[in-house]
Amino acid sequence: MDVATKDLSLGPLLFNWAPEKVRDFYFRIADEADIDVVYFGEAVCAKRRPFLVPHYEAILDRLKAGGKQVILSCLQLAMDRKDMAAVSDMVAMADEYLVEAGDMAACSLLAGKAYAVGPTVNVYNEATLKFFEAEGARRISLNAELPEDSLKALASVATARLEVQVFGRIPLAISARCFHARAHGLAKNSCQYVCEKDPDGLTVETLDHQSFLAINGLQTLSHHYVNLLEEMPRLAEIGIRGFRLSPHAADMIKITNLFRARLAGWISGEEATHRLAALLPDARFANGFFHGMEGLATLEASAAAQPC
Amino acid sequence: MKKLELVCPAGTPAALRVAVDAGADAVYMGFRDETNARNFPGLNFSREELAEALDYAHARGAMVFLAVNTYARAGDDAPWRAAIKSAHDLKVDALILADIGLLAYARETYPDLRLHLSVQASASNAEAINFYGQRFGVKRVVLPRVLTVPDITKLNGEIDIETEVFAFGGMCPMAEGRCTLSSYVTGKSPNRNGVCSPASHVAYVNEGDILTSRLGGFTINRFGAHEQAGYPTLCKGRFKAGGEAGYLFEEPTSLDISAILPELAKAGVTALKIEGRQRGKAYVKQVVTDFRRAVDTAAAGGRATLDMAGLSEGHQNTTGAYAKKWM
Repeated sequence: MDVATKDLSLGPLLFNWAPEKVRDFYFRIADEADIDVVYFGEAVCAKRRPFLVPHYEAILDRLKAGGKQVILSCLQLAMDRKDMAAVSDMVAMADEYLVEAGDMAACSLLAGKAYAVGPTVNVYNEATLKFFEAEGARRISLNAELPEDSLKALASVATARLEVQVFGRIPLAISARCFHARAHGLAKNSCQYVCEKDPDGLTVETLDHQSFLAINGLQTLSHHYVNLLEEMPRLAEIGIRGFRLSPHAADMIKITNLFRARLAGWISGEEATHRLAALLPDARFANGFFHGMEGLATLEASAAAQPC
Repeated sequence: MKKLELVCPAGTPAALRVAVDAGADAVYMGFRDETNARNFPGLNFSREELAEALDYAHARGAMVFLAVNTYARAGDDAPWRAAIKSAHDLKVDALILADIGLLAYARETYPDLRLHLSVQASASNAEAINFYGQRFGVKRVVLPRVLTVPDITKLNGEIDIETEVFAFGGMCPMAEGRCTLSSYVTGKSPNRNGVCSPASHVAYVNEGDILTSRLGGFTINRFGAHEQAGYPTLCKGRFKAGGEAGYLFEEPTSLDISAILPELAKAGVTALKIEGRQRGKAYVKQVVTDFRRAVDTAAAGGRATLDMAGLSEGHQNTTGAYAKKWM
């Protein structure tokens, strides 16, 4: 793909859906979604992985048949042998697929090959970017907390394709501890896979009933969904080439179409956000990180609008 | 068995002298800016203070480690490069880094500078640690607080650099350097600004006998008259996720591994790190004195019992992830 071409990508599914539901989700994405790149693989918890492995081949074949570029995602936090085995299994396919590193172990294993760097590998400055490019990174998905100034500075020197998450709950933290199990009074090693009850994560409320975070097993996410529909032209202008949507239990085909329309300039940010809100009536949107504010802040479209 | 090295916090020059006098083998600190992960008002060192600290510590046989462990800003990494240059020029005993770009810069520009990998790099497995060793010549890794003693034993067999583990003080339940919770709620981040849940965004509200603590407008905890109110660090609050309210991420406890020092030494650990650059002199004096005794006792084949609950957050201690049940 030409380095100047913008592309739309679907990040790895972060939640613990039933294996058949995952398979059917990706089949539908393969067949119907107008999307260029699909990341696939368990990024959060190695314990979920065995249930999905029997479906890997069918999912990958279908995505390829659907004309999608598949990138394999690795775990964000690798601690024990089981985690490392999960990372190694993905890295073993690096000759056939681009593999996205979730931590430095994967970066180490992928060094010298063409690979992708995920948002949980900290690339905050030009020197780090240059290091990973020299190691083989061809695509780098940046941490969601980076503001416009940083994105612009990175894009001005990048030869790798830089990507930013433009839709979905933002991964904020990963832990050795399982908060889903903990919330249910269970230990991690006997978790009963309770994270499967919450297809978009479990909302965390304060004692004053303010919804502000969501937990997903070992992961903590934003409660608000990042929505950079308004900012997409500005992102493209400063040199961001990848626009990543994080999957949710919503109509991802329609959502993808909306972002495609916005990327192509067929629709205004305001109109697109209006339609997105109709598809996700319960979601609250945020764009604060891009504007250098707290991540949960929402800068109104009129204030955020950039000439494009 | 080799004696564990005791690495102690120096938030201020005064705390540094106390720690050295109480028996620290090494002290660590940062400059008074965003280049280190304890960028709090009233803390840290100027260049002149670091030079004096080096004289004071070296005259007493203690080492000095400088932490430059935030992530350099794109378009403006000058403060970080200047901090690394000062580390070299002032001849610190080790420089503690997390950022890949800074590691590469330090390795290339000052090849003789001894590099330690900060916990903020969250290197939690042998493959990652060896990568930092091979690419940047890192000599020691500060391990994330997510590994059990058997994990550490196994790890030390698979890497050829030293390991330093957290021994006492605050607990991060999240993988360090991979957490943007504070950034999400306050706009200030550990990685970018060296702060977590900053005081500038904290409010305490009294309603009768009830004290509510807030961060960035969000309620983090609520205390009755009989409860001691803790600082509203985001991940240490009481929240609701489905069921009843509780400490969803982490109890307000402190890490204390003084009871398992012989096991850690046997696991091949080189050094113990005491957290708490934000703490006062009295705290530093007691913790370093007690740990000095515990380390010496363990090296002589004994097991010291410390009672430092009075110094701990929430007056409770835990061995954290070193014992698997924490997870």
